[in-house]
Amino acid sequence: MRASGAESDPSPQPEWVEALGEELDRLRAEVIATRGEPDARYIRGIVTSQRALEIAGRIALAFSLFPPAWVGGTLMLSTAKILENMELGHNILHGQWDWMGDPAIHSTTWEWDFLTPADAWKRTHNHQHHTWTNVVGRDRDLGYAILRMSPEQPWHPAHLAQPLANALLAPVFEWGIALYDLEPDVVLSGGRSPRHLVDDAARLTAKALRQLAKDYLVFPLLAGPSAVPCLLGNLTANTVRNIWSHTIIMCGHFPGAVQTFTEDQVEEETRGQWYLRQIQGSANIDGGPLFHILTGNLSHQIEHHLFPDLPSNRYAQLAPRVRAICQRYGLPYVTGPLLRQYASTWGRVLRHALPNR
Amino acid sequence: MPVLPWRPAWSGTPLLAAAAWLTSPLTVDDYLGLVDPLLCARHPAGRVVAARPETDDGTTLLIKPGRGWAGHKAGQYVPIGVRIDGALHWRTYSLTCPPEPADGLLSITVQAAAGGRVSPRLAHDTPPGTVLRLGPAQGDFCLPDRPPPRMLMLTAGSGITPVMGMLRTLADRPPTGPHPDVVLLHSTRTIRERLFRDELQAMHRQLSWFRFVPHHTRPGGGPSRHLTPGHVAGLCPDWRERETWACGPEAMLQAVEAHWADARVTERLHVERFRLAPFPPRDSDTSGGRVRFLRTGVDADAGTTVALLEVGEQAGVAMPYGCRRGLCFGCLTPLAHGRVRDLRTGEIQDEPGRLIQTCVSAAAGPLALDI
Repeated sequence: MRASGAESDPSPQPEWVEALGEELDRLRAEVIATRGEPDARYIRGIVTSQRALEIAGRIALAFSLFPPAWVGGTLMLSTAKILENMELGHNILHGQWDWMGDPAIHSTTWEWDFLTPADAWKRTHNHQHHTWTNVVGRDRDLGYAILRMSPEQPWHPAHLAQPLANALLAPVFEWGIALYDLEPDVVLSGGRSPRHLVDDAARLTAKALRQLAKDYLVFPLLAGPSAVPCLLGNLTANTVRNIWSHTIIMCGHFPGAVQTFTEDQVEEETRGQWYLRQIQGSANIDGGPLFHILTGNLSHQIEHHLFPDLPSNRYAQLAPRVRAICQRYGLPYVTGPLLRQYASTWGRVLRHALPNR
Repeated sequence: MPVLPWRPAWSGTPLLAAAAWLTSPLTVDDYLGLVDPLLCARHPAGRVVAARPETDDGTTLLIKPGRGWAGHKAGQYVPIGVRIDGALHWRTYSLTCPPEPADGLLSITVQAAAGGRVSPRLAHDTPPGTVLRLGPAQGDFCLPDRPPPRMLMLTAGSGITPVMGMLRTLADRPPTGPHPDVVLLHSTRTIRERLFRDELQAMHRQLSWFRFVPHHTRPGGGPSRHLTPGHVAGLCPDWRERETWACGPEAMLQAVEAHWADARVTERLHVERFRLAPFPPRDSDTSGGRVRFLRTGVDADAGTTVALLEVGEQAGVAMPYGCRRGLCFGCLTPLAHGRVRDLRTGEIQDEPGRLIQTCVSAAAGPLALDI
């Protein structure tokens, strides 16, 4: 064990890193051994609440010529969509609830209310991003192939426009993710065959048609005289969800002190070193229980990255213990209130729009 | 056996299919299931309406099936999902009811296995009102649509259950017209342990076409005398001419198969094996084993510390893969039977059909993967 900060020593001593890994493995085993009925009740409760909110929101929007119905309906639908994508979709697709053996809540059968098909997401997010977190040149989530978020990424004049690009991305985030999951940049550089791109695009089109038809055609038509406010309500709900998820996700890996890594650094990485990278490459957001649920518990990004397959409702209990471990090993544990983390993220977008000094 | 049975999203009536445009990517069923799990056809379920003790550790459960139940043939089995500590555990049970039961209720008979996790719960702790998940009925050990004129049933222990489904179906046929002649040779340890004791005796008395020959291996607690194929000729002289259905312990089935093969009447023999998870002794946790990749048809030796993903790839099996560190669940593959050990936690998985992460699982004894 040692007390100095990780940044002062770029090649950590293997002994304490492996000890860190063993401690975290024990935390993980402890949660796995105690998963049970209360956890199952939690996720079923979220499923029921989400579906009830969605039904109530849709009904209210069917009468949205009446302004209070529009406000209430849009609020409920926005919340439902946020819950659906974050606490349900993201976490179920991670396999966090596969231990229940329930085909109704399982990573292999779940499909979400989001443009990008679940399979494409599982490939780019679960596999690529979670394995290569914050490794320049390997983690495409590091700037989503369009933003420059680290001094190690080569600068291009186009990056001057990245503050604008990021601002424009937020309200249409689900389109951004859908195109990103097609991996056009990987196909262009020869890392993935064009045939895959065509197949992925076909699947995306089929899914997108249903998604768009539902929110912008079928429900508005059913709303009769309320068609236009209903459509606007649906558009608002999708946009609110997009801005919210963009905000939370940006705060997960980009606030100030979060580190990036080079491919050399992660070569021959041990499990302990992988854990260490997850801690150094992620950031939490402070908040209350409801806030955590609305972020899909990605406000516990550090715990999520250490244990991506543990049930999300357990991250809150793990957080103080992970933090205490980090303190003991002298490791950074980046956390802060939403506004501060968000501002810090924007600082990084602005800073790296310009070439390195 | 698929342990995650689910139906295509757009199944059901045209109205429901149209409504799916509103609920996409979910289905109407996903919402109906919130009102009552039995309304959800996508994940078929049933509700226990009565639990009837049969013997000391055998219980018959009467189950009202929900919308998703697609029916069965007499003799088939059904995967039953039971929730224990938040997790669904799947086991298969033979249906003992006819395909169209008069009361609309499905029935299964569960023998509590000593030390088991699921069967004691089902047999002793499943009050009326409990909701069970139902997989699709399956198996080809079943009564033909046009039964042969003469039939022989050879059963032992709980091997009676699929045959009971067939007998009850035959008993439901109208009494007029030709009826197959059926002999049942059924073996149990004692009369106390015999399932359906009174019903079988009553059928024997009342039905002219049915003859019931019970056999007890330990009638007075004395030395065991098992029902062997040698007994069959004495008890049922025309066994060679009868279409035969046999269900019981492995040793009995092997003897029957050999006997029927010797008499060159194998084509008349139908056999059902309860493929319970083989439960090797604890010390096998530390030994590897041979892995069979069922669909590929390849076998390979696996060490205790080598991930099954690597074993498969070395053997030339097209294994699904992802992060290779247990994070992404991209490598999930169904375990057909046997035991695997999680390389990170040492946790043992031995439930047939369970999806396992092959990149962090190693063999804990011989096993088969459904790939």
